Amino acid sequence: MIEEHFDAIVVGAGPSGNAAAYTMAKAGLKVLQLERGEYPGSKNVQGAILYADALEKIIPDFREDAPLERHIIEQRLWTMDEKSYVGMHYRSEDFNEERPNRYTILRAQFDKWFSSKVREAGAILLCETTVTELIRDGAGKVTGVKTDRQGGTAFADVVILGEGVNGLVGQRSGLRPELQPDSVALAVKEMHFLPREVIESRFNLRGNEGVVIEAMGTITDGMTGTGFLYTNQESVSVGIGCIVSDFAESGKTAYGLLEAFKNHPSIKPLLENSECKEYAAHLIPEGGYHSIPELYGDGWLVVGDAGQFVNAVHREGSNLAMTTGRIAGETIVALKQRGVAMSKANLAAYKRTLDETFVMKDLKKYKRIPALLHGNKQLFGLYPRLLTAAAQTWFRVDGVDKRSKENQILKSFRKGRTLSGLIGDAFKLARAWR
Amino acid sequence: MTDAMNVSSTGFKVEEKLFQNRYLVDVGRPHITIRPHDVPSKALLALTHACPAGCYSRNDSGQVEATIDGCLECGTCRVITAKTGDIEWDYPRGGFGVLFKFG
Repeated sequence: MIEEHFDAIVVGAGPSGNAAAYTMAKAGLKVLQLERGEYPGSKNVQGAILYADALEKIIPDFREDAPLERHIIEQRLWTMDEKSYVGMHYRSEDFNEERPNRYTILRAQFDKWFSSKVREAGAILLCETTVTELIRDGAGKVTGVKTDRQGGTAFADVVILGEGVNGLVGQRSGLRPELQPDSVALAVKEMHFLPREVIESRFNLRGNEGVVIEAMGTITDGMTGTGFLYTNQESVSVGIGCIVSDFAESGKTAYGLLEAFKNHPSIKPLLENSECKEYAAHLIPEGGYHSIPELYGDGWLVVGDAGQFVNAVHREGSNLAMTTGRIAGETIVALKQRGVAMSKANLAAYKRTLDETFVMKDLKKYKRIPALLHGNKQLFGLYPRLLTAAAQTWFRVDGVDKRSKENQILKSFRKGRTLSGLIGDAFKLARAWR
Repeated sequence: MTDAMNVSSTGFKVEEKLFQNRYLVDVGRPHITIRPHDVPSKALLALTHACPAGCYSRNDSGQVEATIDGCLECGTCRVITAKTGDIEWDYPRGGFGVLFKFG
Protein backbone atom coordinates (compact mmCIF):
# COMPACT_ATOMS: atom_id res chain seq x y z
CA MET A 1 0.00 0.00 0.00
CA ILE A 2 2.54 2.52 1.13
CA GLU A 3 6.17 1.98 0.20
CA GLU A 4 7.45 4.35 2.80
CA HIS A 5 8.70 2.93 6.09
CA PHE A 6 7.16 4.68 9.08
CA ASP A 7 8.50 5.33 12.53
CA ALA A 8 5.16 4.24 13.94
CA ILE A 9 1.77 2.93 12.84
CA VAL A 10 -1.24 3.71 15.03
CA VAL A 11 -4.30 1.46 14.72
CA GLY A 12 -7.43 3.45 15.49
CA ALA A 13 -8.35 7.14 15.67
CA GLY A 14 -10.13 7.30 19.02
CA PRO A 15 -8.81 9.22 22.05
CA SER A 16 -5.93 6.81 22.73
CA GLY A 17 -4.80 6.47 19.12
CA ASN A 18 -5.11 10.20 18.52
CA ALA A 19 -3.14 11.01 21.68
CA ALA A 20 -0.37 8.64 20.63
CA ALA A 21 -0.29 9.79 16.99
CA TYR A 22 -0.33 13.48 17.97
CA THR A 23 2.47 13.10 20.51
CA MET A 24 4.73 11.31 18.04
CA ALA A 25 3.93 13.47 15.00
CA LYS A 26 4.46 16.64 17.02
CA ALA A 27 7.94 15.35 17.95
CA GLY A 28 8.72 14.89 14.26
CA LEU A 29 8.20 11.16 13.88
CA LYS A 30 6.76 9.73 10.65
CA VAL A 31 3.37 8.41 11.73
CA LEU A 32 0.72 6.47 9.81
CA GLN A 33 -2.69 6.18 11.45
CA LEU A 34 -5.35 3.74 10.25
CA GLU A 35 -9.05 4.06 11.00
CA ARG A 36 -11.80 1.72 9.83
CA GLY A 37 -14.59 4.32 9.99
CA GLU A 38 -15.53 6.76 7.24
CA TYR A 39 -14.22 9.53 9.51
CA PRO A 40 -12.63 9.46 12.98
CA GLY A 41 -15.45 9.08 15.47
CA SER A 42 -17.89 7.36 13.13
CA LYS A 43 -17.43 4.07 15.03
CA ASN A 44 -16.89 5.55 18.46
CA VAL A 45 -19.40 5.76 21.27
CA GLN A 46 -19.11 7.30 24.71
CA GLY A 47 -21.45 8.96 27.26
CA ALA A 48 -19.60 11.31 26.88
CA ILE A 49 -17.52 13.26 29.38
CA LEU A 50 -14.16 14.80 28.55
CA TYR A 51 -11.72 15.28 31.42
CA ALA A 52 -9.73 18.41 30.67
CA ASP A 53 -6.57 17.46 32.52
CA ALA A 54 -5.69 14.50 30.29
CA LEU A 55 -6.20 16.53 27.10
CA GLU A 56 -4.44 19.64 28.44
CA LYS A 57 -1.30 17.57 28.85
CA ILE A 58 -1.46 16.89 25.10
CA ILE A 59 -3.03 20.04 23.61
CA PRO A 60 -2.82 22.77 26.29
CA ASP A 61 -5.00 25.29 24.40
CA PHE A 62 -7.65 22.79 23.26
CA ARG A 63 -10.45 25.04 24.60
CA GLU A 64 -9.84 27.49 21.76
CA ASP A 65 -11.41 25.37 19.06
CA ALA A 66 -12.42 21.93 20.38
CA PRO A 67 -16.14 21.15 19.98
CA LEU A 68 -17.11 21.17 23.66
CA GLU A 69 -20.74 20.98 24.75
CA ARG A 70 -21.19 22.08 28.38
CA HIS A 71 -18.79 22.34 31.30
CA ILE A 72 -20.08 20.40 34.27
CA ILE A 73 -21.02 22.36 37.35
CA GLU A 74 -23.25 19.78 38.98
CA GLN A 75 -22.97 16.05 39.58
CA ARG A 76 -26.04 14.12 40.68
CA LEU A 77 -25.70 10.56 42.01
CA TRP A 78 -29.04 8.81 42.26
CA THR A 79 -29.99 5.57 43.99
CA MET A 80 -33.30 4.57 42.45
CA ASP A 81 -36.24 2.27 42.97
CA GLU A 82 -39.26 1.97 40.71
CA LYS A 83 -40.85 5.25 41.81
CA SER A 84 -38.20 7.25 43.63
CA TYR A 85 -34.60 8.22 43.95
CA VAL A 86 -32.39 9.22 46.83
CA GLY A 87 -29.87 11.68 45.47
CA MET A 88 -26.54 13.10 46.40
CA HIS A 89 -25.94 16.26 44.41
CA TYR A 90 -22.87 18.42 44.30
CA ARG A 91 -23.04 21.78 42.56
CA SER A 92 -20.49 24.53 42.87
CA GLU A 93 -19.85 27.95 41.40
CA ASP A 94 -16.17 26.94 41.60
CA PHE A 95 -16.77 24.84 38.48
CA ASN A 96 -17.56 28.03 36.55
CA GLU A 97 -13.85 28.62 36.17
CA GLU A 98 -11.64 29.89 33.41
CA ARG A 99 -10.38 26.42 32.62
CA PRO A 100 -13.24 24.08 33.48
CA ASN A 101 -12.42 20.59 34.70
CA ARG A 102 -14.96 18.44 32.85
CA TYR A 103 -17.07 18.89 29.73
CA THR A 104 -19.76 16.95 27.96
CA ILE A 105 -18.82 16.21 24.35
CA LEU A 106 -20.24 14.44 21.28
CA ARG A 107 -17.65 11.90 20.26
CA ALA A 108 -18.27 11.96 16.52
CA GLN A 109 -17.49 15.70 16.52
CA PHE A 110 -14.77 15.66 19.15
CA ASP A 111 -12.83 12.79 17.53
CA LYS A 112 -12.96 14.56 14.17
CA TRP A 113 -11.49 17.67 15.78
CA PHE A 114 -8.78 15.73 17.63
CA SER A 115 -7.91 13.99 14.38
CA SER A 116 -7.56 17.33 12.58
CA LYS A 117 -4.91 18.27 15.17
CA VAL A 118 -3.13 14.96 14.59
CA ARG A 119 -2.97 15.66 10.86
CA GLU A 120 -1.85 19.25 11.42
CA ALA A 121 0.98 17.82 13.50
CA GLY A 122 2.05 15.85 10.45
CA ALA A 123 0.64 12.35 10.80
CA ILE A 124 -0.86 10.61 7.77
CA LEU A 125 -4.39 9.34 8.37
CA LEU A 126 -6.09 6.71 6.25
CA CYS A 127 -9.79 6.21 6.96
CA GLU A 128 -12.05 3.42 5.68
CA THR A 129 -9.12 1.08 6.30
CA THR A 130 -9.58 -1.91 8.57
CA VAL A 131 -6.41 -3.47 9.94
CA THR A 132 -6.76 -7.23 9.65
CA GLU A 133 -3.54 -8.55 11.15
CA LEU A 134 -0.04 -7.79 12.35
CA ILE A 135 3.02 -8.62 10.30
CA ARG A 136 6.01 -10.12 12.13
CA ASP A 137 9.57 -10.86 11.13
CA GLY A 138 11.31 -14.20 11.60
CA ALA A 139 12.15 -13.39 15.22
CA GLY A 140 8.52 -12.59 16.01
CA LYS A 141 8.93 -8.82 16.18
CA VAL A 142 5.96 -6.85 14.90
CA THR A 143 7.05 -4.95 11.81
CA GLY A 144 3.81 -3.75 10.27
CA VAL A 145 0.14 -4.38 9.55
CA LYS A 146 -2.07 -5.88 6.86
CA THR A 147 -5.27 -4.04 5.97
CA ASP A 148 -8.37 -4.76 3.92
CA ARG A 149 -7.19 -2.42 1.17
CA GLN A 150 -5.90 -3.84 -2.08
CA GLY A 151 -2.30 -4.88 -1.43
CA GLY A 152 -2.72 -3.11 1.85
CA THR A 153 0.40 -3.58 3.92
CA ALA A 154 2.39 -0.95 5.77
CA PHE A 155 5.61 -1.20 7.76
CA ALA A 156 7.01 0.64 10.76
CA ASP A 157 9.45 0.32 13.65
CA VAL A 158 6.55 0.00 16.09
CA VAL A 159 2.77 -0.51 16.01
CA ILE A 160 0.50 1.12 18.61
CA LEU A 161 -2.80 -0.68 19.03
CA GLY A 162 -5.51 1.81 19.97
CA GLU A 163 -8.14 -0.38 18.38
CA GLY A 164 -10.80 -0.12 21.07
CA VAL A 165 -12.62 -2.55 23.28
CA ASN A 166 -13.11 -5.37 20.77
CA GLY A 167 -9.44 -5.28 19.87
CA LEU A 168 -9.60 -8.02 17.27
CA VAL A 169 -6.14 -7.38 15.83
CA GLY A 170 -4.34 -7.87 19.12
CA GLN A 171 -6.50 -10.79 20.16
CA ARG A 172 -6.11 -12.67 16.90
CA SER A 173 -2.39 -12.10 17.04
CA GLY A 174 -2.30 -13.70 20.48
CA LEU A 175 -1.19 -10.54 22.26
CA ARG A 176 -4.05 -10.73 24.74
CA PRO A 177 -6.92 -13.02 25.69
CA GLU A 178 -10.55 -12.68 24.58
CA LEU A 179 -12.84 -10.43 26.62
CA GLN A 180 -14.77 -12.28 29.32
CA PRO A 181 -18.58 -11.76 29.39
CA ASP A 182 -18.45 -11.05 33.13
CA SER A 183 -15.84 -8.32 32.88
CA VAL A 184 -17.29 -6.23 30.08
CA ALA A 185 -20.46 -4.12 30.11
CA LEU A 186 -22.88 -3.44 27.28
CA ALA A 187 -24.18 0.13 27.33
CA VAL A 188 -26.88 1.59 25.10
CA LYS A 189 -27.52 5.27 24.62
CA GLU A 190 -29.93 7.62 22.89
CA MET A 191 -29.42 11.22 21.83
CA HIS A 192 -32.46 13.32 22.65
CA PHE A 193 -32.65 16.80 21.18
CA LEU A 194 -34.28 19.77 22.91
CA PRO A 195 -33.97 23.54 22.49
CA ARG A 196 -31.09 24.81 24.62
CA GLU A 197 -33.31 27.11 26.69
CA VAL A 198 -35.49 24.11 27.58
CA ILE A 199 -32.42 22.20 28.77
CA GLU A 200 -31.26 25.21 30.74
CA SER A 201 -34.58 25.68 32.52
CA ARG A 202 -35.16 21.97 33.16
CA PHE A 203 -31.73 21.49 34.67
CA ASN A 204 -31.30 24.88 36.31
CA LEU A 205 -28.42 25.98 34.08
CA ARG A 206 -27.15 29.20 32.56
CA GLY A 207 -25.10 29.53 29.40
CA ASN A 208 -22.87 26.52 28.86
CA GLU A 209 -23.22 25.08 32.36
CA GLY A 210 -23.99 21.38 32.43
CA VAL A 211 -25.30 18.66 34.72
CA VAL A 212 -24.58 14.95 34.78
CA ILE A 213 -26.72 12.33 36.47
CA GLU A 214 -25.32 8.88 37.29
CA ALA A 215 -27.90 6.42 38.56
CA MET A 216 -28.03 2.94 40.02
CA GLY A 217 -30.66 0.74 41.58
CA THR A 218 -33.68 -1.16 40.35
CA ILE A 219 -33.26 0.46 36.93
CA THR A 220 -30.92 -2.42 36.03
CA ASP A 221 -33.52 -4.98 37.11
CA GLY A 222 -31.22 -7.01 39.38
CA MET A 223 -28.21 -6.84 37.10
CA THR A 224 -24.86 -5.16 37.75
CA GLY A 225 -24.90 -1.80 35.99
CA THR A 226 -25.70 1.91 35.98
CA GLY A 227 -27.70 4.49 34.07
CA PHE A 228 -26.78 8.03 33.10
CA LEU A 229 -28.12 11.28 31.72
CA TYR A 230 -25.77 14.03 30.50
CA THR A 231 -26.69 17.50 29.28
CA ASN A 232 -25.20 18.72 26.02
CA GLN A 233 -25.85 22.11 24.41
CA GLU A 234 -28.96 21.12 22.48
CA SER A 235 -29.34 17.50 23.43
CA VAL A 236 -29.40 15.10 26.31
CA SER A 237 -27.51 11.79 26.25
CA VAL A 238 -29.41 9.12 28.12
CA GLY A 239 -28.20 5.57 28.54
CA ILE A 240 -27.87 2.46 30.63
CA GLY A 241 -25.41 -0.41 30.78
CA CYS A 242 -24.97 -3.77 32.49
CA ILE A 243 -22.43 -6.58 32.53
CA VAL A 244 -22.73 -8.73 29.38
CA SER A 245 -23.00 -12.05 31.24
CA ASP A 246 -25.94 -10.62 33.20
CA PHE A 247 -27.75 -9.85 29.95
CA ALA A 248 -26.91 -13.29 28.57
CA GLU A 249 -28.22 -15.11 31.64
CA SER A 250 -31.21 -12.94 32.53
CA GLY A 251 -32.98 -12.84 29.19
CA LYS A 252 -33.41 -9.09 29.58
CA THR A 253 -32.77 -6.65 26.75
CA ALA A 254 -30.68 -3.49 26.85
CA TYR A 255 -33.29 -1.52 24.88
CA GLY A 256 -36.01 -2.70 27.26
CA LEU A 257 -33.99 -1.37 30.22
CA LEU A 258 -33.39 1.91 28.39
CA GLU A 259 -37.10 2.34 27.66
CA ALA A 260 -37.97 1.66 31.30
CA PHE A 261 -35.27 4.08 32.49
CA LYS A 262 -36.55 6.82 30.16
CA ASN A 263 -40.04 6.21 31.47
CA HIS A 264 -39.05 6.37 35.13
CA PRO A 265 -41.13 9.11 36.78
CA SER A 266 -37.92 10.94 37.76
CA ILE A 267 -36.44 10.85 34.24
CA LYS A 268 -39.46 11.16 31.96
CA PRO A 269 -40.14 14.88 32.59
CA LEU A 270 -36.51 15.67 31.77
CA LEU A 271 -36.91 14.19 28.29
CA GLU A 272 -40.43 15.38 27.52
CA ASN A 273 -41.01 16.51 23.90
CA SER A 274 -37.45 15.64 22.91
CA GLU A 275 -36.58 14.18 19.53
CA CYS A 276 -34.39 11.08 19.48
CA LYS A 277 -31.85 11.21 16.65
CA GLU A 278 -29.54 8.29 17.38
CA TYR A 279 -29.42 4.96 19.18
CA ALA A 280 -25.97 3.56 19.90
CA ALA A 281 -24.45 0.60 21.72
CA HIS A 282 -20.93 -0.05 22.88
CA LEU A 283 -18.94 -2.37 25.12
CA ILE A 284 -17.04 -1.00 28.12
CA PRO A 285 -14.15 -3.04 29.53
CA GLU A 286 -14.87 -3.12 33.26
CA GLY A 287 -12.63 -5.91 34.51
CA GLY A 288 -10.20 -3.40 35.98
CA TYR A 289 -6.67 -4.10 37.16
CA HIS A 290 -6.87 -7.89 36.98
CA SER A 291 -7.99 -7.76 33.34
CA ILE A 292 -5.11 -5.63 32.09
CA PRO A 293 -3.32 -7.69 29.44
CA GLU A 294 0.30 -7.61 28.33
CA LEU A 295 0.84 -3.99 27.36
CA TYR A 296 3.95 -4.20 25.20
CA GLY A 297 6.18 -6.57 23.29
CA ASP A 298 8.71 -6.58 20.48
CA GLY A 299 7.52 -3.84 18.15
CA TRP A 300 4.10 -3.17 19.72
CA LEU A 301 2.23 -1.35 22.47
CA VAL A 302 -1.44 -1.31 23.43
CA VAL A 303 -3.34 1.80 24.61
CA GLY A 304 -6.89 2.79 25.65
CA ASP A 305 -9.86 0.41 25.85
CA ALA A 306 -7.90 -2.35 24.08
CA GLY A 307 -5.69 -2.38 27.18
CA GLN A 308 -8.74 -2.40 29.50
CA PHE A 309 -7.94 1.09 30.78
CA VAL A 310 -11.30 1.99 32.33
CA ASN A 311 -12.05 3.02 35.90
CA ALA A 312 -15.62 1.77 36.10
CA VAL A 313 -16.21 3.11 39.62
CA HIS A 314 -15.53 6.71 38.61
CA ARG A 315 -16.88 6.35 35.08
CA GLU A 316 -13.51 7.37 33.68
CA GLY A 317 -12.13 5.97 30.45
CA SER A 318 -11.36 8.63 27.85
CA ASN A 319 -8.84 10.27 30.19
CA LEU A 320 -7.12 6.93 30.76
CA ALA A 321 -7.17 6.39 26.99
CA MET A 322 -5.56 9.78 26.28
CA THR A 323 -3.01 9.34 29.04
CA THR A 324 -1.95 5.87 27.94
CA GLY A 325 -1.79 7.09 24.33
CA ARG A 326 0.33 10.08 25.29
CA ILE A 327 2.74 8.03 27.41
CA ALA A 328 3.05 5.38 24.70
CA GLY A 329 3.88 8.15 22.24
CA GLU A 330 6.40 9.75 24.58
CA THR A 331 8.03 6.39 25.23
CA ILE A 332 8.51 5.83 21.51
CA VAL A 333 9.77 9.37 20.92
CA ALA A 334 12.37 8.91 23.68
CA LEU A 335 13.55 5.57 22.26
CA LYS A 336 13.73 7.06 18.78
CA GLN A 337 15.82 9.96 20.04
CA ARG A 338 18.19 7.55 21.74
CA GLY A 339 18.34 5.58 18.50
CA VAL A 340 17.58 2.26 20.16
CA ALA A 341 15.37 -0.63 18.99
CA MET A 342 11.62 -0.84 19.67
CA SER A 343 12.24 -4.07 21.54
CA LYS A 344 10.18 -5.49 24.36
CA ALA A 345 12.91 -4.60 26.85
CA ASN A 346 13.04 -0.98 25.71
CA LEU A 347 9.26 -0.57 25.42
CA ALA A 348 8.92 -1.74 29.03
CA ALA A 349 9.52 1.93 29.90
CA TYR A 350 5.88 2.51 28.86
CA LYS A 351 4.54 0.29 31.65
CA ARG A 352 7.03 1.65 34.19
CA THR A 353 5.90 5.21 33.46
CA LEU A 354 2.22 4.24 33.58
CA ASP A 355 2.70 2.61 36.97
CA GLU A 356 3.58 6.02 38.39
CA THR A 357 0.45 7.74 37.04
CA PHE A 358 -3.16 7.88 38.24
CA VAL A 359 -4.01 5.32 35.55
CA MET A 360 -2.38 2.34 37.21
CA LYS A 361 -2.67 3.67 40.75
CA ASP A 362 -6.46 4.02 40.49
CA LEU A 363 -6.97 0.69 38.75
CA LYS A 364 -4.86 -0.97 41.41
CA LYS A 365 -6.74 0.75 44.23
CA TYR A 366 -10.05 -0.61 42.93
CA LYS A 367 -8.80 -4.03 41.87
CA ARG A 368 -11.37 -5.83 44.04
CA ILE A 369 -14.35 -3.70 43.01
CA PRO A 370 -15.38 -5.45 39.76
CA ALA A 371 -15.75 -8.83 41.50
CA LEU A 372 -17.56 -7.20 44.41
CA LEU A 373 -20.11 -5.49 42.16
CA HIS A 374 -20.61 -8.60 40.07
CA GLY A 375 -21.01 -10.95 43.02
CA ASN A 376 -23.22 -8.77 45.23
CA LYS A 377 -26.43 -8.05 43.35
CA GLN A 378 -28.07 -6.80 46.58
CA LEU A 379 -26.21 -3.55 45.90
CA PHE A 380 -28.38 -2.98 42.83
CA GLY A 381 -31.77 -4.18 44.07
CA LEU A 382 -32.18 -4.69 47.77
CA TYR A 383 -30.18 -1.75 49.09
CA PRO A 384 -31.69 0.88 46.77
CA ARG A 385 -35.15 -0.35 47.80
CA LEU A 386 -34.27 -0.24 51.50
CA LEU A 387 -32.73 3.20 51.13
CA THR A 388 -35.64 4.78 49.25
CA ALA A 389 -38.15 3.17 51.63
CA ALA A 390 -36.18 4.54 54.59
CA ALA A 391 -36.22 8.01 53.05
CA GLN A 392 -39.96 7.83 52.62
CA THR A 393 -40.49 6.66 56.20
CA TRP A 394 -38.30 9.50 57.40
CA PHE A 395 -39.80 12.31 55.37
CA ARG A 396 -43.49 11.37 55.45
CA VAL A 397 -45.26 13.15 58.31
CA ASP A 398 -48.03 10.87 59.45
CA GLY A 399 -48.42 11.07 63.22
CA VAL A 400 -45.85 8.34 63.92
CA ASP A 401 -43.17 9.49 66.39
CA LYS A 402 -39.58 9.78 65.19
CA ARG A 403 -38.15 7.05 67.44
CA SER A 404 -40.66 4.57 66.06
CA LYS A 405 -39.70 5.66 62.56
CA GLU A 406 -36.01 5.07 63.35
CA ASN A 407 -36.82 1.60 64.67
CA GLN A 408 -38.92 0.85 61.63
CA ILE A 409 -36.02 1.79 59.32
CA LEU A 410 -33.46 -0.27 61.28
CA LYS A 411 -35.83 -3.22 61.32
CA SER A 412 -36.34 -3.02 57.56
CA PHE A 413 -32.57 -3.24 57.00
CA ARG A 414 -32.14 -6.18 59.38
CA LYS A 415 -35.10 -7.96 57.87
CA GLY A 416 -33.92 -7.31 54.32
CA ARG A 417 -30.34 -8.40 54.75
CA THR A 418 -29.81 -9.78 58.33
CA LEU A 419 -27.32 -8.15 60.68
CA SER A 420 -24.44 -10.39 59.65
CA GLY A 421 -25.23 -9.71 55.99
CA LEU A 422 -25.14 -5.96 56.59
CA ILE A 423 -21.85 -6.12 58.47
CA GLY A 424 -20.40 -8.45 55.85
CA ASP A 425 -21.36 -6.11 53.00
CA ALA A 426 -19.92 -3.10 54.82
CA PHE A 427 -16.69 -5.01 55.40
CA LYS A 428 -16.47 -6.20 51.79
CA LEU A 429 -17.05 -2.70 50.46
CA ALA A 430 -14.52 -1.13 52.80
CA ARG A 431 -11.94 -3.77 51.90
CA ALA A 432 -12.48 -3.34 48.16
CA TRP A 433 -12.40 0.45 48.37
CA ARG A 434 -9.29 1.10 50.43
CA MET B 1 -37.44 -13.96 10.82
CA THR B 2 -40.79 -15.19 11.88
CA ASP B 3 -41.24 -14.39 15.51
CA ALA B 4 -41.15 -10.95 17.04
CA MET B 5 -38.61 -11.74 19.73
CA ASN B 6 -37.10 -8.31 19.80
CA VAL B 7 -39.89 -6.52 21.56
CA SER B 8 -39.17 -5.19 25.01
CA SER B 9 -41.48 -5.73 27.94
CA THR B 10 -42.91 -2.25 27.32
CA GLY B 11 -43.93 -3.33 23.85
CA PHE B 12 -41.27 -1.19 22.20
CA LYS B 13 -39.65 -2.51 19.04
CA VAL B 14 -35.91 -1.98 18.78
CA GLU B 15 -36.24 -1.61 15.00
CA GLU B 16 -37.87 1.76 15.59
CA LYS B 17 -34.74 2.94 17.36
CA LEU B 18 -32.49 1.78 14.53
CA PHE B 19 -34.38 3.91 12.00
CA GLN B 20 -32.67 6.95 13.55
CA ASN B 21 -29.23 5.69 12.62
CA ARG B 22 -27.06 5.98 9.51
CA TYR B 23 -25.62 2.86 7.93
CA LEU B 24 -23.65 1.99 4.85
CA VAL B 25 -24.57 -1.65 4.28
CA ASP B 26 -21.96 -3.82 2.56
CA VAL B 27 -24.51 -5.69 0.46
CA GLY B 28 -23.76 -9.38 0.15
CA ARG B 29 -20.81 -9.26 2.55
CA PRO B 30 -22.16 -9.67 6.08
CA HIS B 31 -19.47 -9.21 8.74
CA ILE B 32 -21.18 -11.74 11.00
CA THR B 33 -22.07 -15.30 10.07
CA ILE B 34 -23.69 -17.97 12.19
CA ARG B 35 -22.28 -21.49 12.09
CA PRO B 36 -24.91 -23.87 10.63
CA HIS B 37 -26.67 -25.76 13.42
CA ASP B 38 -29.72 -27.92 14.10
CA VAL B 39 -30.26 -26.90 17.71
CA PRO B 40 -28.84 -23.59 18.93
CA SER B 41 -26.50 -23.60 21.92
CA LYS B 42 -27.49 -21.70 25.05
CA ALA B 43 -25.01 -18.96 24.14
CA LEU B 44 -26.38 -18.61 20.62
CA LEU B 45 -29.92 -18.49 21.93
CA ALA B 46 -28.94 -15.73 24.36
CA LEU B 47 -28.15 -13.47 21.40
CA THR B 48 -31.85 -13.24 20.54
CA HIS B 49 -32.24 -10.94 23.53
CA ALA B 50 -28.69 -9.80 24.36
CA CYS B 51 -28.04 -8.12 20.99
CA PRO B 52 -28.91 -4.45 21.52
CA ALA B 53 -29.91 -4.09 17.87
CA GLY B 54 -32.14 -7.16 17.85
CA CYS B 55 -30.22 -8.70 14.96
CA TYR B 56 -30.80 -12.29 16.05
CA SER B 57 -34.07 -14.23 16.00
CA ARG B 58 -35.29 -17.83 15.79
CA ASN B 59 -36.82 -19.20 12.64
CA ASP B 60 -39.77 -21.61 12.43
CA SER B 61 -37.57 -24.66 12.85
CA GLY B 62 -35.83 -23.28 15.93
CA GLN B 63 -32.48 -22.21 14.49
CA VAL B 64 -31.04 -18.80 15.24
CA GLU B 65 -30.75 -16.45 12.26
CA ALA B 66 -29.15 -13.04 11.95
CA THR B 67 -30.14 -9.98 9.94
CA ILE B 68 -27.28 -7.64 10.57
CA ASP B 69 -28.19 -4.52 8.61
CA GLY B 70 -28.91 -2.71 11.90
CA CYS B 71 -25.77 -3.95 13.67
CA LEU B 72 -24.21 -1.39 16.02
CA GLU B 73 -20.85 -3.22 15.99
CA CYS B 74 -20.69 -3.37 19.77
CA GLY B 75 -19.34 -6.94 19.89
CA THR B 76 -21.73 -8.29 22.53
CA CYS B 77 -22.58 -11.34 20.41
CA ARG B 78 -18.90 -11.99 19.80
CA VAL B 79 -18.08 -11.95 23.51
CA ILE B 80 -21.03 -14.18 24.48
CA THR B 81 -20.19 -16.83 21.89
CA ALA B 82 -16.40 -16.58 22.05
CA LYS B 83 -16.11 -19.93 23.86
CA THR B 84 -18.66 -21.81 21.74
CA GLY B 85 -17.56 -20.52 18.35
CA ASP B 86 -21.19 -20.19 17.22
CA ILE B 87 -20.53 -17.09 15.17
CA GLU B 88 -17.79 -15.64 13.03
CA TRP B 89 -17.37 -11.89 13.74
CA ASP B 90 -15.21 -9.48 11.81
CA TYR B 91 -15.13 -5.74 11.57
CA PRO B 92 -17.04 -4.64 8.47
CA ARG B 93 -14.83 -3.63 5.56
CA GLY B 94 -13.36 -0.18 5.98
CA GLY B 95 -16.01 2.53 5.60
CA PHE B 96 -19.00 0.15 5.82
CA GLY B 97 -21.42 -0.49 8.67
CA VAL B 98 -22.85 1.93 11.20
CA LEU B 99 -21.87 5.61 10.98
CA PHE B 100 -22.45 7.39 14.25
CA LYS B 101 -23.49 11.02 13.78
CA PHE B 102 -23.06 11.85 17.47
CA GLY B 103 -21.53 8.74 19.05
